[in-house]
Amino acid sequence: MDNLLDRALGLDGRGDRWPLLGKVVLVEDCVETGGAFVVHHIIKRFLSPQPAAASNHSLILVAFSQPLSHYDRVLRKLGCNLVAQRDNDRFLFFDMLNLRFPDRDDVKTGSSVLVSLFEKIYNAVRALSAEKNCITIVIDDIALMEVVANGSSDSVLDFLHYCRTLTSEFDCSVVALNHGDIYSTTEKPMLMLNLEYLSSILVRAEPLATGSAVDVHGQLMVFNKGEHDRQGTPGSKVHNFHFRVKENSVDFFYPGGRG
Amino acid sequence: MNFDNSHEAKEGANEKGTPLGVLYLGICERERTYWQTILLSSPKLGLDVHVDQLQSLPQATTMAESICRALRDGALEGEHAPALTIKDSIDAPLGFDVFAHVLAQLSSHILAGKSQSRGLVLVAFTRSPSFYVDLLKERGLEVNSSRKWIQILDCYSDPHGWKDRIMGQGKVDDATKEASGVSRLCKDVKDMDKLCSLAIELGKDLLGEGKGRFSFALDSVNEMLRYASVHSVARVLSDLRSHDLASCVFWLLHSDLLEDKVAAVFDYMSSMVASLESAIPASNGLRISLENLSLTEQNFRRAKFSVRFKRRNGRVRLMSEEVSIERSGITFSSVSTDGGTMGGSLLPKVQFNLQLSEKEQMDRAKVVLPFEHQGNGEPIEIYDGRRSLADKNNEAAGTMQMKDSSKGEIIYLRDSDDEMPDSDEDPDDDLDI
Repeated sequence: MDNLLDRALGLDGRGDRWPLLGKVVLVEDCVETGGAFVVHHIIKRFLSPQPAAASNHSLILVAFSQPLSHYDRVLRKLGCNLVAQRDNDRFLFFDMLNLRFPDRDDVKTGSSVLVSLFEKIYNAVRALSAEKNCITIVIDDIALMEVVANGSSDSVLDFLHYCRTLTSEFDCSVVALNHGDIYSTTEKPMLMLNLEYLSSILVRAEPLATGSAVDVHGQLMVFNKGEHDRQGTPGSKVHNFHFRVKENSVDFFYPGGRG
Repeated sequence: MNFDNSHEAKEGANEKGTPLGVLYLGICERERTYWQTILLSSPKLGLDVHVDQLQSLPQATTMAESICRALRDGALEGEHAPALTIKDSIDAPLGFDVFAHVLAQLSSHILAGKSQSRGLVLVAFTRSPSFYVDLLKERGLEVNSSRKWIQILDCYSDPHGWKDRIMGQGKVDDATKEASGVSRLCKDVKDMDKLCSLAIELGKDLLGEGKGRFSFALDSVNEMLRYASVHSVARVLSDLRSHDLASCVFWLLHSDLLEDKVAAVFDYMSSMVASLESAIPASNGLRISLENLSLTEQNFRRAKFSVRFKRRNGRVRLMSEEVSIERSGITFSSVSTDGGTMGGSLLPKVQFNLQLSEKEQMDRAKVVLPFEHQGNGEPIEIYDGRRSLADKNNEAAGTMQMKDSSKGEIIYLRDSDDEMPDSDEDPDDDLDI
């Protein structure tokens, strides 16, 4: 069943086509209110599409923050088996946690890590698109990527620019998680602003303005820029709603709609 | 009654189907529709109303049109090409829409042969060449027309040559079949000198053997600044602007990604600065509260559009309009009165009235100006910057007639509708002696 998040992201359509094709989705969260569940939700929706006929979806997960077992556990609760998907070649996992590159002896630092990461992704995307697959690249998360790049936000932006070129070249979608509050003291948070310009959909997870509550865990703002893309999608839209993260699912509701 | 775009009253027999006379109403589009409705819905008038060849009369010009006109008219001999900065911020992220509008307008002028420039070089950093090809196509502009008029320098697909290294030399090609004919890949955008010379080379390709000039469009100064220092980017823009063959240059920048002093550098280099500001002053950009949710949504569709024209003599003209993005496209309109017009806000608060009331304005419009051509049987033309071939022929015929008659006369032609008949603008400002 569609919920408010699906509607805000435009996932409620019944078309065969994945609605986020060619788009960059940026999820921004903060310490008080994590946004990882949004990423999990998109992964789940992408790998278990509503019309089962569209089974040519392939996901590339670039993980800087969690091991595969973590995602597997979380997604299993949502009803999606990542390991099975991986065995079907529909799920590729790039473990960036310990930088387990095959050429590990040859120590790479800074931006060259990202260059070789892009090479892997690019090769994977080319192979998948040759089989007419519909591809989503998930990056979790950008803050840790910046750490890997020795704090060079330019390298991160270059990497993300290259990921974005894949959206126009192969019609991929890119989903990335970032933490907003780690930039809050910087006068002009360049990286964050750049990412906001880059993204076509921005999802922001924030705590409630009125303080914490037992049955409402936070609010989501979804800015769907609705750029004049090839489908001629009309104007942009802003959505706002509250959510409650439960064991096996997440409830979304309008402010005051529940609780 | 017959509406016609000719201005002469023709004598005609009063027979059915024959026009008794031709009435020309020099009115704007909105009024024209109004009159058309009145006349068509008035059988009491007993008039046989024909509406034929209704042609669009020049509407009141918006600033966006003035900008496009300035870019179309291009550079004067011995002067730098006009340069336009389009500035936006995350609060009013409509910069790209304005950029696309200007691009499309200039392109259509180039295609129609109305502009000084005969071709356009688009340096694309943030969108792929195929995106631009589609964008122009949507607006009915064919990139692969018989005459080559556009070249896209593709700094988007592989700005650092990463893909080139993966794929092997010369195999990277993001462009679709259609776009590939008009785009050239740039694989090292950090080298600004090379970028600049590539852009000029592409422009020269467009001209071929023929004479003429070409224009430049750069879709992101911010991306350039990520790759190179301020002074090298400024040098590139300055080089493009002062190039002998450059007709005009325009670029887009996000001002909130730059320090104020850097933004000022690019302001200094441009003869026109169009800045987009939030129509609703939100305190913290996208970081908004629930109360102004719908207002924030408005920021994606509507913005204040302020333009600063810098004239050659140093005079600066500031104007403000509102831009809105609708399903049908982009529209520019004068600022609604509740927001306060720019002129009004600039005027100091004084006890006497500096503004004209509506009635006064109407009265003033009725005054027949002695020096302005009143169209005694001849068409009134509003000089729009350049003349068509037909006009030149007419002119030739006119001079022949003039020779016959011993009388001479001075006919004042208003520059355009946006200039008031008795404005204090120097009419000879762009005179080139």
